Amino acid sequence: MHPAPSVIIFSTLSGAGFGLLAFLGLGLPVVTGWVAFGFYLIGFALAVGGLLSAVFHLQNPKNAWRSYSQWRSSWLSREMWAAIGALLAMGLYAFLQVFFATTIAPLGWLGAALSLATVFTTSMIYAQLKTVPRWNQLPVTPLMFLSCALAGGALLSANLAAAGVLLLTAGGVTVWYWVAGDGRFAEAGSTARTATGLGGAVSLWEKPHTGENYLTREMVFQIGRKHAVKLRAIALVLMVGLPLILILLPMSHVTAVIAVLSHLAGVLTQRWLFFAEAEHVVGLYYGAHGAKAAA
Amino acid sequence: MTSLPTTVQKKLGLVIDLDTCVGCHACVTACKGWNTQNYGAPLSDQDPYGKASGTFLNRIHAFQVQPDPTLAEHVPPRLAQTVHFPKSCLHCDDAPCVTVCPTGASYKRAEDGIVLVNEDACMGCGLCAWACPYGAREIDEEAGVMKKCTLCVDRIYNENLPEEDRKPACVRTCPAGARHFGDLSDPESDVSKLVAKRGGMDLMPEQGTAPVNKYLPPRPKDTIQAPELTGDEDILAPFLAPVAEEPQGLLAWVDRTLEKI
Repeated sequence: MHPAPSVIIFSTLSGAGFGLLAFLGLGLPVVTGWVAFGFYLIGFALAVGGLLSAVFHLQNPKNAWRSYSQWRSSWLSREMWAAIGALLAMGLYAFLQVFFATTIAPLGWLGAALSLATVFTTSMIYAQLKTVPRWNQLPVTPLMFLSCALAGGALLSANLAAAGVLLLTAGGVTVWYWVAGDGRFAEAGSTARTATGLGGAVSLWEKPHTGENYLTREMVFQIGRKHAVKLRAIALVLMVGLPLILILLPMSHVTAVIAVLSHLAGVLTQRWLFFAEAEHVVGLYYGAHGAKAAA
Repeated sequence: MTSLPTTVQKKLGLVIDLDTCVGCHACVTACKGWNTQNYGAPLSDQDPYGKASGTFLNRIHAFQVQPDPTLAEHVPPRLAQTVHFPKSCLHCDDAPCVTVCPTGASYKRAEDGIVLVNEDACMGCGLCAWACPYGAREIDEEAGVMKKCTLCVDRIYNENLPEEDRKPACVRTCPAGARHFGDLSDPESDVSKLVAKRGGMDLMPEQGTAPVNKYLPPRPKDTIQAPELTGDEDILAPFLAPVAEEPQGLLAWVDRTLEKI
């Protein structure tokens, strides 16, 4: 799948933002006044900034408001509801904490639940797609998104003990996703033979057109995957390793910022791989996944 | 709206004969011609005289099939085949492109099973194209909305057209008669009989989409001249071997005479 920067930035930033909002909603920590203002500024900037980035992925954003209509069937629509619900609940909770030093705990819990629901619904947009077997992994795809959001949230909210545990969890789940994902295309069973219904050794002879098209750009995106192993290692070191070392050292604002930036860079790498390594079955009609199809 | 209808009154669709298709792309041109001037946004092209790219609702792939002597159905051995492979929306019964749509733009009609996009409601997120295993949906880069085969919904019910034209443009234009249109829910329809007789098949059945469109497999090629294959040899080698080692008749006399000189 084409690793569109808008969607990668969206899932990384909004994941961390909603993770932070979830911790603040749970009262970990309970903050008021200017401190609260600072925390919520970061939380909302990441969450809303991520959502705005996703809007750039739309080719016809004037109809984006209609995406609230299909919550009964569509995970993307449910994500819109969860996101607006989380932002409203946490917005009110934050407003009362910042300006009135008042903490309404149940409102915070609701906001925290909706924040995590937003991350979960985002992950289900990918996990529901049978056409991309590597994404279509339950429960590990949602667990990966949730564990990364929670680890980022714990780091940002300075819950260092929780951050340590959650970083290790996110790293473990990510490795689980990668290892299990490597075999998913073969497991799903789509080959050039099933795609065409033809028997024998089937291979593409001629593409429909000599040039590229929307489908090949969007879904048959072939990146040099030769660096995948190196990138996986880089993602783990930045996302888990470096932040873990930094939170074990005496903390200052500088090391905290470095830990957060390193973590976000690691998640960005992980999300780039999430797209770049994912293979869509439509590639079978375009001569992609040759080695797998012949098997 | 983007939930699938529980029942459909008809299953209008195409039956595509892979045995008859000659790969001329006439259906591609007819489809683009009709659909660029009728329902919805035109099918745009980008940089048509340079690095050309554009929106198509119907594309013809071509596959080569090498015989596989290890397969039971390939005994006696077959010859290699090239198969032209038209591909457009299969108007699936269980269409994943419909249920993922967040705006309600994508829908399947209860009256005839046609899967359509309401372009006025589409936000161009592209999720339906991701959900389709067949590559049947393409965003038009000019209009920013999702385009797909409409089964020429604006032809098949159009009483302004002569009756023989009330079928999809691709079917009407196919010079080889490789495309057939009809109601696949009616076992007595011509298309259903064709599917039953020729062993019509689903594409990627493992995806669970229950496509309405069916494909008729190519008939195996004549095997009269096919040599015995064991699986180890170069498939072309037997055909390249000399037919007669020793010349006969006039050529033999010429050969002998020339040898003596």
